[in-house]
Amino acid sequence: MDRKIVGLRRRTLLTAGATLGGLQLASPFIISARGEAPVKIGMVDPLTGSLSAPAGPEVEGAKYAVAELNKAGGILGRQIQLLVEDSANDVGTGVQKTRKLIDRDKVDVIFGDVNSGIAYAMSQVTNEKKVLHIVPGGHTDPITGADCKWNVFRICNTTTMDATAVSGELIKRFGKRWFFITPDYAYGHSLQDAFVKQLKKAGGEYQGDMLPIANSDFSGTLIKAKAYKPDVLLNNMGGLAQVDCMKQFTQFGMEKEMALGGALFELEALQAVPVEAKAGWWTMEWWWNQPGVPHVAEFVAAFRKATGKTPSARHWFGVVAVHSVKLAAEKAKALDSLKMAHALEDLELPADVALQPGKVRYRAGDHELMPNIFVGNAHPAKAGANPDDMFTVAKLVPGEEAAGSVADTGCHMKYPA
Amino acid sequence: MFQVVLYNVTNGLIIGTFYVLMALGLSLILNLSNVINFAHGNFLALGGYIAYVLSPHLGYWGALLVAPVVTAAFGFAVERLMIRRVYNRDPVYSLLLTFGLAFVMQDLMRYVWGSNGLPLGLPPALAQPLSAALFFITYYRIFMVVFVAIAITGLFAFLRYSRVGVRIRAGTLDLDTVAALGVNVGVLRSFNFALGCLLAGLSGVLAAGQIGLNPNMGDDLLMPSFIAIIVGGVGSLTGTLVGGLVIGLAAALTTAVYPAASEAVIYVIMALVLLIRPRGLMGEEGMMS
Amino acid sequence: MSGALARERPTTAIVIFALLLTAPFWLPYVGGYDALATRVLVFGLAAMGFNMLLGFTGVMSFGHAAYFGLGAYGAGLMLRYVTSSTMLAVVSGTLLGGLAGSLFGTLIVRRRGVYFAMVTIAFGQICYYIAYSWNSFTGGFDGLRGFSRQPIDLGFTSIDIQGNGTAFYYFVLLIFALAAAAMGLILRSPFGRTLLAIRENERRARFLGIPIERHIWMSFSISCFFTALAGALYALLNNFADPLGLHYTLSGEIVIMTVMGGMRAFWGPLIGAAVFVVLEDTISSMTVNWMSFVGIIFILVVLFFPRGLLGMLKRRDAA
Repeated sequence: MDRKIVGLRRRTLLTAGATLGGLQLASPFIISARGEAPVKIGMVDPLTGSLSAPAGPEVEGAKYAVAELNKAGGILGRQIQLLVEDSANDVGTGVQKTRKLIDRDKVDVIFGDVNSGIAYAMSQVTNEKKVLHIVPGGHTDPITGADCKWNVFRICNTTTMDATAVSGELIKRFGKRWFFITPDYAYGHSLQDAFVKQLKKAGGEYQGDMLPIANSDFSGTLIKAKAYKPDVLLNNMGGLAQVDCMKQFTQFGMEKEMALGGALFELEALQAVPVEAKAGWWTMEWWWNQPGVPHVAEFVAAFRKATGKTPSARHWFGVVAVHSVKLAAEKAKALDSLKMAHALEDLELPADVALQPGKVRYRAGDHELMPNIFVGNAHPAKAGANPDDMFTVAKLVPGEEAAGSVADTGCHMKYPA
Repeated sequence: MFQVVLYNVTNGLIIGTFYVLMALGLSLILNLSNVINFAHGNFLALGGYIAYVLSPHLGYWGALLVAPVVTAAFGFAVERLMIRRVYNRDPVYSLLLTFGLAFVMQDLMRYVWGSNGLPLGLPPALAQPLSAALFFITYYRIFMVVFVAIAITGLFAFLRYSRVGVRIRAGTLDLDTVAALGVNVGVLRSFNFALGCLLAGLSGVLAAGQIGLNPNMGDDLLMPSFIAIIVGGVGSLTGTLVGGLVIGLAAALTTAVYPAASEAVIYVIMALVLLIRPRGLMGEEGMMS
Repeated sequence: MSGALARERPTTAIVIFALLLTAPFWLPYVGGYDALATRVLVFGLAAMGFNMLLGFTGVMSFGHAAYFGLGAYGAGLMLRYVTSSTMLAVVSGTLLGGLAGSLFGTLIVRRRGVYFAMVTIAFGQICYYIAYSWNSFTGGFDGLRGFSRQPIDLGFTSIDIQGNGTAFYYFVLLIFALAAAAMGLILRSPFGRTLLAIRENERRARFLGIPIERHIWMSFSISCFFTALAGALYALLNNFADPLGLHYTLSGEIVIMTVMGGMRAFWGPLIGAAVFVVLEDTISSMTVNWMSFVGIIFILVVLFFPRGLLGMLKRRDAA
């Protein structure tokens, strides 16, 4: 189904290029009874630009889930249609596309964006238009904290959750003297603050450098780090910068003197690091290799069969997002945003969607999903093992434990009167 | 303390050499053809990706030498097919053309090689630090600086002593006269464009060994190269060389003191140069107007 | 020599405004929506302002996104930190971008051709880095958030441009019309004719005793004010300002809109902006490879349609 949509759209494009009336051709009007109309989900993600590496898998996961659900009868007996728009990692474009999906395409739900800044700007629009909005993978705290909104739910962890979860393990295993390498913007600052909070609780000490977001040369900072002789070097950089930092860390032979760690790491990033730099202690927000946990192996096999890829946390975000719409709509017995939002509160994901042990639910107080956080270490794949087997989970930290109370997040949930 | 000073200087030189190599290519094209090649960063990425494709077959060293040549050949074709057509038109057209080309190249590279970063494997001998005390200088960094130094010396020798090189330099000063002397200016410009792309491709292979490959990798290096040219003085290749090293050193020294400003400092330098010495450190009077 | 403007027929303006005034009514039938139409106006205004410099003075800037972006930040910062008056925000955005342009202009005007372009890019990137690095004031990389356009209070009634997208469209259209009228007046004035003289033959204008640098500086500054005004409206459209609005990529897009529509025609940039914004919006919904298509549009326009859409129509008229 989903392939067909994509194929059709590509072909429409060719036609559109050939005629001046491309605009009408590209946006067919579906005039049919409401009951026959598909459930429309609009997804805005930065498919181009510097965040395209995590954005692609999120969309791929959502597409996979849509195809699977449509085979099984869709949502409330209606087929699901996923409309994907590229935010190009630009706020103006992201907002524009959100308005387009809501105003023109009349979508029932909005997903996105990987970039927290865009996700926030989108939430202003979805809130104004009263459309249910699921943020699969934008991490900064305020989205479900100080800026929380009744219509906005988030799947990925907050930066605080990731940092808190890994802190305990780092302190226990390596020690309490840390050096931070942190990107100089809101995400980096809140991440480092969360780490420092845990470290101070344990009576530790630290030093650190704030670097430009897209920094690619870390030697200057690494030399300071080495002089400080920390127990742990915390690499808080994101995306490619994180990978560059790890590479230089190992090139300088520093792994013999201190442990490497940080909050969020992703399968996609791990695939991009050369073998010798696959190391360190991190959190994964979901991990595919969970021996003995029901449904996980089946899901991974089916996903590999459909896409040829090992599912990553980003894929899982996309899958959970689509299933959340189904679960909410079926619990609310409607596609009304307000009713669905109420239905999602404290809704527990079934085991074949959660794909991990324990109870996973959207916390009512701040609309943040409370999954387990997978703390462990990265390593090169062992000989004979799956090439994506590059991370070993040491501990599952329950999300609730890492998130703190709703009061701590600063969220005051207000529903429309 | 000695270590910190040594480090800053070395690191500044390493960053600077990157800027220089990239900026020299841009500068060559700008001087002879009056075209700002916005796609220069994409030629850099292309060079890196070609090396990535070739290295399993030719090994790292083979890829290092062949990839820039392939990039140059691609640049030659692009110049013949497109850039050549806008030489005698308002500069707005050449800017737009290379700007559009940058979009297409970046997108095609993402399409072919994906948006995930790809690692370019280095020979193990290069990936080691020099010694425990000089841990921050890997053999690769030394190799890079030496290799770039050789390449730049080769380029300057070529421009000074070879017939084509002399024509390129003469064309920079007065293209009409060169044409009147019977030199085929069209071919000269194509060759010169390809030479610029060769340098971009070489920077790409070297950068890939240091920071890995991704479709946007050239973007971050494009602006520093512009600034190297402005600071050094438009029209002077030696100026570009000096400009690149100056902003490289400045960026490295800033990282030591106030890392968050390491990107901004090069713009400050540019603004100062434009205020105090508008033609740039080594620019000829009148070249910029 | 006073060329383009004198030949501009009033029918063009009448047709354009008839279409713009009725847009909210016919747009839904061709797959458009209010926010898209507003975006067309915003970028149309930015490109027309830019074209004062490129098309009517013959000087090439590749850094106009900086003044557009500063306009957006100026409006955003005003709403965020100082006042809830939408009009004051628009004014302060225009002033911030326009004054910054006038200031940089003094350093830039002595350059010509690609060097002028190069220095404008570099100055633009300075603004980009300031917005990008100043976390506490501008919101840094994440952009400036936490403000939204407010209803306009006219004393006897208030216009809800906040919740009503159509009302906001008309608000932008009104400002656009006023700005276009101002631009038309400037270009028809003796000052505007002097600019055309500089464009046609700078050396001859210099011999006639025209202070070239001062005129180019004034043209640059005026063009920055109009582009900044567009930027301020853009901030209101998104309720957000972000560093990418200052980036040279956007400068390139403003240039291509101008050239695509026809840089020698008064309304050319608006037409170019409409075509570009709609094409980009449509193509990027269909394929993730939209960058290739946009890039190909750049290349095709340069190689085959250098006179732009209105330029081609005009030539046909003349033939």
